[in-house]
Amino acid sequence: MAHAPEPAPASGDLGDERPKWNNKAQYLLSCIGFAVGLGNIWRFPYLCQTYGGGAFLIPYVIALVFEGIPLFHVELAIGQRLRKGSIGVWTAISPYLSGLGLGCVTLSFLVSLYYNTILAWVLWYFLNSFQHPLPWSSCPPDLNRTGFVEECQGSSAVSYFWYRQTLNITADINDSGSIQWRLLICLAACWAVVYMCVIRGIETTGKAIYFTASFPYLVLTIFLIRGLTLPGATKGLIYLFTPKMQILQNPRVWLDAATQIFFSLSLAFGGHIAFASYNSPRNDCRKDAVVIALVNSMTSLYASIAVFSILGFKATNSYEHCLDRNILSLINEFDFPEQSISRDDYPAVLMHLTTTQPRRVARLPLKACHLEDFLDKSASGPGLAFIVFTEAVLHMPGAPGWAVLFFGMLFTLGLSSMFGNMEAIITPLLDKGVLPRWVPKEALTGLVCLACFLSATCFTLQSGNYWLEIFDNFAAPLNLLIFAFLEVVGVVYVYGMKRFCDDIAWMTGRRPGPYWWLTWRVISPLLLLTIFVAYVTLLAWKPLSYRAWNPQYELFPSRQEKLYPGWVRAACVLLSLLPVLWVPMAALAQLLTWRKRTWRDRQVRPDTDTH
Amino acid sequence: MLWLLFFLVTAIHAELCQPGAENAFKVRLSIRTALGDKAYAWDTNEEYLFKAMVAFSMRKVPNREATEISHVLLCNVTQRVSFWFVVIDPSKNHTLPAVEVQSAIRKNRNRINNAFSLNDQTLEFLKIPSTLAPPTDPSVPIWIIIFGVIFCIVIVAITLLILSGIRQRRRKNKEPSGVDDTEDKCENMITIENGIPCDPLDMKGGHINEAFMTEDERLTPL
Repeated sequence: MAHAPEPAPASGDLGDERPKWNNKAQYLLSCIGFAVGLGNIWRFPYLCQTYGGGAFLIPYVIALVFEGIPLFHVELAIGQRLRKGSIGVWTAISPYLSGLGLGCVTLSFLVSLYYNTILAWVLWYFLNSFQHPLPWSSCPPDLNRTGFVEECQGSSAVSYFWYRQTLNITADINDSGSIQWRLLICLAACWAVVYMCVIRGIETTGKAIYFTASFPYLVLTIFLIRGLTLPGATKGLIYLFTPKMQILQNPRVWLDAATQIFFSLSLAFGGHIAFASYNSPRNDCRKDAVVIALVNSMTSLYASIAVFSILGFKATNSYEHCLDRNILSLINEFDFPEQSISRDDYPAVLMHLTTTQPRRVARLPLKACHLEDFLDKSASGPGLAFIVFTEAVLHMPGAPGWAVLFFGMLFTLGLSSMFGNMEAIITPLLDKGVLPRWVPKEALTGLVCLACFLSATCFTLQSGNYWLEIFDNFAAPLNLLIFAFLEVVGVVYVYGMKRFCDDIAWMTGRRPGPYWWLTWRVISPLLLLTIFVAYVTLLAWKPLSYRAWNPQYELFPSRQEKLYPGWVRAACVLLSLLPVLWVPMAALAQLLTWRKRTWRDRQVRPDTDTH
Repeated sequence: MLWLLFFLVTAIHAELCQPGAENAFKVRLSIRTALGDKAYAWDTNEEYLFKAMVAFSMRKVPNREATEISHVLLCNVTQRVSFWFVVIDPSKNHTLPAVEVQSAIRKNRNRINNAFSLNDQTLEFLKIPSTLAPPTDPSVPIWIIIFGVIFCIVIVAITLLILSGIRQRRRKNKEPSGVDDTEDKCENMITIENGIPCDPLDMKGGHINEAFMTEDERLTPL
């Protein structure tokens, strides 16, 4: 092992000491908590199921190995080496790249806004779970109490609770409606909880993370054990994991696997750089990167087993209800004795009746019941949590307890991701010294949380859900891809591969091997570029539309497909470009400053020049 | 003569009570679904009880206090169990209007259900909508109570953290800033551990953990 020369000390460390993690476990848990978020629960299982079950794991693992782990290692290494937040790190690497840090901060800010709004929804459901029967188990009666509210009757009690009693959603994005005070106070509570945990930076998040990072695993295990004992769970799991190899020929699968790994690890936010900057410089960041990335992927798999056993139970339940409804229609129409047709006899009896009395049978509202149809009705994102899972929980004995556990788990999952987002904003601001020295850290974190809360109130409007989808689809993905590409290229080609490898050798004791060298130089930048191009092409191909909840729609309860109006489209473009614009703007500013300085120098010494 | 009258009356009754007849209602019971093992069999005694309950409901209507059990006619009893019924007026030649019967049944639905240990879903009167129970809204919704508890705890915690931070800062300001001799001690330690105060027992408030530091020293090449 060659004695690596000590690198020059990172500037700014002499003097005021930097906070440190109390122990390695805090640091690892914080990174794991940041990486493991809501997407592991509601995005990965959906992708796994849509893209051929077990076969999806192949592109997923390939993306993890060639894109996820190398990029992750880069972030941890530069954060640990340069010991600053994202703005400081990129300014230190090259002043022309300082816009990258500013862009990361802006992006983290935008993402925090809507991420915490989702947590506010989770909190609202959590608070409503402490009652029996659960409020989404039945429709409310209408005004003269002869039937149920029409909107609820047409869709379902669960959908009604989500769209009407929680969001109170309007039928169009143009129609903003009023602020929902219930969601507003939940949002205020969420930001208060976030402030309480990040108030003194890693000193407080380090303590909070012990609970918020481990509680989800406990609940997932409980759900897994419970889910596997429910009837129909195995059907769900078999359906999920049966590999359909031919689906790998669809390029969309590879694109989605790559983007999933990328967003799942929360790369390019600057949060991991911030966490790593509080490490001692001689920490083995390579091992950390591999461990955290693997834990993240294992968690996704673990969660999908739990989720799909519950969804299998739900599908079996719905299938049996469908059959029972049909059987009841037959019994009522032909006045057979009660419970005289069992579920197994039903097809034979139906056949017999259709041949003997076709007209009467044709008049009945009989639905075709296939288990696969119900298993196919999966969902991703908020739809999974707030509609599909809440309905599944209703059928489990002891429903309120399960609902409390489930939403508690979602809340702690999202909270630990929020810590990473907030550190990605606060650490660079602290390092930059935007507020004078005498202002305590608590004030800075308080101001940031307050600014975020006030900006996020737009999501508590009645059209807030539509705006949240816009933020989710446009603010994050494109910018993250560009930033990640610039990160890799900036470190490898601007900072210098040799210098970087020397740093890593000094920090971890070993030089990076050929795998790292190859992925950093060639494979990861190429992959990122390909994904970016594919993403933009897909985006340009599809017309910008959204699906609105419109009770007046003739195909209600299907969501109505509407195009975004012009001003909304402009907002989408702005959101996609705003964080990225920092990069050229900062580079330009730096160029002008340099130009002005050399011009001024030339003025001072006019003739000592080889020009 | 009496036999003729009897047959005539039965024939008229048969006319009045028919599936789909005017002012007739269909009733459907799902006894086994509701009671499972404790289900009772539907026989003529149960039918008698049903007629009694309908008559009881009608007697509560003003002007109809004279309704008797014999004025309620049942017909077309099936295995399901379902049947049709009508209520005839004391003159025995026409049926009472459906609206009256409907409102009477609605008002006493609970009593009728309880007589048979059934509920609105298992004892169905087709074409008579049941009045749904009003939503049981407590005066203060449960979620607000729990929200209040959580929010108060969070506010108290934030206040405590801010106060302890202020106290810590005041204590640090009072201490003489005499930690300049750390520079001398530091050069004996490993490499450039920039800014790490080497005195572990000073007032840095628990930021540094010696156990963590000793782990680094393991990696020192020297």
